[in-house]
Amino acid sequence: MKFDLTEQGIRDLNRFLHSPHSKESVIEVENPSGSHNVAVGALQHSQVMVNGHVGYYCAAMNQHAEITVNGNAGPGLAENMMSGMVHVRGNASQYCGATAHGGLLVVEGNASSRCGISLKGMDIIVGGSIGHMSAFMAQTGRLVVCGDAAESMGDSIYEARIYVRGKVASLGTDCIEKPIEKEHLEELKELLDRAQFNHSATEFKRYGSARRLYNFDVDNARLY
Amino acid sequence: MCGIVGLYTKKPELQSSLGSLLSAMLAQMADRGPDSAGVAIYRDPVDEESIKVTLQGDQETDWLVIEKKITEGLDATAKISLIASHAVVSLSVDGDTATEWIDRNLDTIRMTSNGRFIEIFKEKGHPNKVIDSFSLQNMAGTHALGHTRMATESRVTTEHSHPFSTGMDLCLVHNGSLSNHNQLREKLSAEGIRFQTDNDSEVAAGYLTWRLKQGASLKEALEAALVDLDGFYTFAIGTKNGFAVLRDPIACKPAVLAETDDWVAMSSEYRSIAQLPGNKKAKVWEPNPATIYSWERES
Repeated sequence: MKFDLTEQGIRDLNRFLHSPHSKESVIEVENPSGSHNVAVGALQHSQVMVNGHVGYYCAAMNQHAEITVNGNAGPGLAENMMSGMVHVRGNASQYCGATAHGGLLVVEGNASSRCGISLKGMDIIVGGSIGHMSAFMAQTGRLVVCGDAAESMGDSIYEARIYVRGKVASLGTDCIEKPIEKEHLEELKELLDRAQFNHSATEFKRYGSARRLYNFDVDNARLY
Repeated sequence: MCGIVGLYTKKPELQSSLGSLLSAMLAQMADRGPDSAGVAIYRDPVDEESIKVTLQGDQETDWLVIEKKITEGLDATAKISLIASHAVVSLSVDGDTATEWIDRNLDTIRMTSNGRFIEIFKEKGHPNKVIDSFSLQNMAGTHALGHTRMATESRVTTEHSHPFSTGMDLCLVHNGSLSNHNQLREKLSAEGIRFQTDNDSEVAAGYLTWRLKQGASLKEALEAALVDLDGFYTFAIGTKNGFAVLRDPIACKPAVLAETDDWVAMSSEYRSIAQLPGNKKAKVWEPNPATIYSWERES
């Protein structure tokens, strides 16, 4: 099945992805040319191959589908994804994976600022580096970064887990480095395997919440 | 929201299609900024002892009267070419004399640009309409910037449209909003910088004009802007032989850069770059926050 976006509209593509179709379907999308909302709200277990660069909100709200972008993605990639998988062969712009609840997002290149902001359960694996304010207020889910992280990573983080292989420019408020135990090495190895990245889990450091910010502290009772 | 685009040709063969390529890029940004549009195009330089200014009038403007006023007032030869509501006037006098005289004596006319290379055309209305009214598609040149505006901070008028001139052969287009523009405008006005509107982007342009007048290089002026301008911005700045791009440290306003052996392009979105020949083989990247990117040809 092929959708050439120079001839067919985004709505035609998305309407098809929302409608019942077989699990074995492979949908190829040609000439996206930076269009917005490519493959948004897919509801089936099909495979979608997007050949070219996409604009805003590609693969947002995805459920079940396996979406590959052979190119770069604009802002809001896989925003609020529920399940399934999104794989970008190039780079992703700001706030990829924002508020996403489930599934797996793999970015082979770099992801820019606010990657995984307010993450709610999805796993994100970035082959390159991530921009500033990534994983801001991330609640649950995992963010794996094979390169470096820019400023204020994990600011006001809740219970999401972050693994970074390279340098972290600075940590945000209440985000700290944490010891890596056996369970972390195991989950990290499993995530790297799923993304088919060859790094050893032992090369990574783990970061998470110091839990000083969001918990009620009895010492502060008189302030309320 | 606004859209900004820039295109810089590396090979002379591409210069004749600069206007049509920029038009295609700008049209893609129309829904980011449907209320007005403008372009700065660098072309047809006048000789070193002369200057050209772009003047913007209205339907009642009698350009023959204006031409006569200018030639008599400045005691200079003037070559005037009309392009829709604008006129490009080449004058055989030095830049400061010409701009000061025009500022003082032509009160119904606005000067949108001055320099040896630059011409600025801008108008309110849908970008496609603005592109057609100036026949931008037919313009040749070395490089150009464009802007589509969705007003957030001030009124929709031609004067509030971008690009804003920031001095001889310099201009600025802006996507974003500045929060300390009123305070800065007062400060810059006291330093002798003149403003035509209450627009925040014009203050950014005025700020660069002020820094450059003080002797700063463009790079130094932009570094100082990172400290003194408070707000959100992606700027593209046109210079006589190239252009520069700067995003604020928070970098929530989008920008994409792309380069091939034939051209360098910037846009708010990749959609514009997808209009350019050879885009599939271009190196495409997102500029980092608080980092100055610039391209210049040897003059």
